[in-house]
Amino acid sequence: MIGYALKRFLGALPTLFIIVTVAFFMMRAAPGGPFDAARKLPPEIERNVKAAYNLDKPLIVQYGIYLERLAQGDLGPSFKNKDFTVAQLIGIGLPVSMRLGLLAMALAISLGVSLGVWAALRQNQWQDYSVMTVAMFGITVPTFVTAPLLTLLFGVYGVHIFGLEFNLPVGGWNGGAWRNMALPVVVLSLPQIAIIARLTRGSMIEVLRSNYIRTARAKGLSANAVVLRHALRAALLPLVSYLGPAVAGILTGSLIVEEIFGVPGIGRYFIQAALNRDYTLVMGVVICYAALIVLLNFIADMIYGLLDPRVRLS
Amino acid sequence: MSALLEIRDLDVHFSTPDGDIHAVKKVSLDIAEGTCLGVVGESGSGKSQLFLAAMGLLAANGRTSGSVRYRGQELLGLEPRELNQYRGSKITMIFQDPLTSLTPHMTIGAQIMEALTLHQKMPREEAERRIREILEYVRIPEAARRMKQYPHELSGGMRQRVMIAMATITGPDLVIADEPTTALDVTVQAQILEILRALKTDKKTALALISHDMGVIAGSADQVQVMRHGEVVERGDVDEIFYAPRHDYTRMLLGSMPRLDQEPDLAASSAKLLLDVEDVKVTFPIKGEGFFAPPRLLRAVDGISFTLRAGETLGVVGESGCGKSTLARAVLQLIPPDSGQVVWLGRDLTVEKQDAIRRARKDFQIVFQDPLASLDPRMPVGVSIAEPLRALEPGLTRNEIRARVAAIMRKAGLDPAWINRYPHELSGGQNQRVGIARAMIVEPKMVVCDEAVSALDVSIQAQIVALIKSLQAETGMAMIFISHDLSVVRQLSHRVMVLYLGRVVETAAADDLYRDPRHPYTRALLSAVPTPDPRRERARKRTLLTGDLPSPLDSRAPLAFLKSRRVDDPQAEQYRPQLLEVSAGHFVAEHDPP
Repeated sequence: MIGYALKRFLGALPTLFIIVTVAFFMMRAAPGGPFDAARKLPPEIERNVKAAYNLDKPLIVQYGIYLERLAQGDLGPSFKNKDFTVAQLIGIGLPVSMRLGLLAMALAISLGVSLGVWAALRQNQWQDYSVMTVAMFGITVPTFVTAPLLTLLFGVYGVHIFGLEFNLPVGGWNGGAWRNMALPVVVLSLPQIAIIARLTRGSMIEVLRSNYIRTARAKGLSANAVVLRHALRAALLPLVSYLGPAVAGILTGSLIVEEIFGVPGIGRYFIQAALNRDYTLVMGVVICYAALIVLLNFIADMIYGLLDPRVRLS
Repeated sequence: MSALLEIRDLDVHFSTPDGDIHAVKKVSLDIAEGTCLGVVGESGSGKSQLFLAAMGLLAANGRTSGSVRYRGQELLGLEPRELNQYRGSKITMIFQDPLTSLTPHMTIGAQIMEALTLHQKMPREEAERRIREILEYVRIPEAARRMKQYPHELSGGMRQRVMIAMATITGPDLVIADEPTTALDVTVQAQILEILRALKTDKKTALALISHDMGVIAGSADQVQVMRHGEVVERGDVDEIFYAPRHDYTRMLLGSMPRLDQEPDLAASSAKLLLDVEDVKVTFPIKGEGFFAPPRLLRAVDGISFTLRAGETLGVVGESGCGKSTLARAVLQLIPPDSGQVVWLGRDLTVEKQDAIRRARKDFQIVFQDPLASLDPRMPVGVSIAEPLRALEPGLTRNEIRARVAAIMRKAGLDPAWINRYPHELSGGQNQRVGIARAMIVEPKMVVCDEAVSALDVSIQAQIVALIKSLQAETGMAMIFISHDLSVVRQLSHRVMVLYLGRVVETAAADDLYRDPRHPYTRALLSAVPTPDPRRERARKRTLLTGDLPSPLDSRAPLAFLKSRRVDDPQAEQYRPQLLEVSAGHFVAEHDPP
């Protein structure tokens, strides 16, 4: 088990190295630089600034310096946010994005799986059709449409549901207060609920047709026991493969949702950094994202093994 | 005596996109306490659907009408909660294919436990004790350890025993066994049938035994019901059905059964030596257990030699995992053997270049087991049949190819007008004819049939066997006929070779081998084959092999029948039993006296 984890970790290093390399050179291939602002700096100051950040050296030397620092765990200073290192910026933004993402994912998995199973058990009946139709909307309607709509309903008009008046803040983080998180979490989770519901429905229908479900029914088990004990675990397998990369994507923040609701997460930094040619910050975020993907795929494989003893590692 | 289960006028319909399918038509039957009803029929006869419908287990698109009474209680139309008072407790089921019929992510202990405690509340220790008892009853050794294992960690035979344990632990009055031995090797089948028969005699459990195999039914059933196209065509006592069948279909089924005691008439083979296989070995590396453990070698074929003459058929029999398919692939150079020689018409193929082997393929072709899976589903059958011709005889014109395809289709019993049909539009038997036509179109000197008739219904099987025989008589081709079914091999073979874990244990002219088997394994195999003869089946004393086949990874495995020469160190290189000639042309591997 530890040996396996170690092997996976070592196997991930070349992947990360390739990602770092490709990202580094692609970033530099884009025209412009961090100090090409509208207001031109005097040439000697620009020269000094570039020398300070090693930007005057040949690209390959810069790459070498970057790798050397990276190996020591140093992601370098941010070119634009002068008083912060990249590590500090990620340290501020990532927890915010992760908190939002984890809540959204928890909501998406619990709702999506329940809806998917419900639809599968009522295959080709009205419940199935309505869940799938709504899910289709969830997938096709983009977040930049749902975000303003929900803001309008629950933030501006203050809709009443079950006697409760919803008057949620339309933006801001406020240290992660529940009221502030509600809208971004819901907007972020909607497409995921839809995708997860469809995935779960499909695999559940397949599992329910399998021979061992027939055996379970022949044993005299109730419908609930058949689904929960015999069908659900196998039906979740395709979902686990999907969730690995999906969770990584959501944890590292969504540009649109964070921008619309003014959430100080890492997704916003990433876009600003890319537009500003803040080389080190972009690299930092890319590395962070890649490492998360590797980690979550590893976790997904572990969960896969837990769910299905046939792929369990000896 | 009133019946335990009474089915009256049971109708089963399925609504499909292609319209309504009437799968079971007004079937009535009775099963009395403690008796065994055999239900026999070919695929599509509705024999399984009949009982699934009775137990409320039909697929969602199925509808049932009629009446199913258990001790007078109507079961059809009951709410699931009420039905579950009987289902799984008083009436239980055993399904075909125990691998897919057991939940893969639950230990077998948990699955049996669930069946028991669902219907009978009891403390956990008591339940575990009962499970250990029942596992012992179905002869699963080391019950405590097995209970913690998952289905995929057990062999097919073990899994089916688990199914039986699960179905009998609640002490049911009736067990419905749906093709319980179909996917199993004959020796394992014999063990499973033995357990089912014991159930009837020890526990007075009634049994509904559903099978396509008349031999299986003959040894176990008291009453027999023959089904075709959803209808019962004949019913009666087992002796009546087998010795005085009234319906043509029953007679046809019985007539199609290949029998061990039937001497076939075969065309004589010539003296011309085609193939000389010398000490062929094929090993596969298997990942070691530990993290850094070196791979271990699985000896799939462990030193096999034989010769084949023109017009001769060599039957190769053995159970799953004995290396018979690997041997065929090694002979055809589809897998390169690790060592040994395959001499085809004086040329050693193992040293030839790929290109030369490819050209030589015109002379040896292969027919595979699953006819539907081994044809390209997107290719019309005419194209599939023509393909070897295009590859191996380039330069033929379109018209020549078309003529050859039409001619071979006619010979294989196919209508040449079907060239544009797709495999899914043909039946299993027709697809196998396509497979045979595809192999025969290049006029090969040798054809390997790898379980070529195993997936077919008996009546179709008999037709295909007859076709193969007539093609051989006409063309004089040689044949390697690989099968796990000793009776089919008997119908076709001049000589027979019995394999056990990658080695030959006995080889002889077919008549000698079937009349006078010498090796204990051959004897066990022959004694395990059920024959469609109830009196003989009842009287017969079987030499049962106990337990599972040893793992082919265990280096001691080849000495399973020669334990006296065995070194009890799993790492040690072991002695290999030698073949001794006991009479002219009859070779038997060394073995301990029984």
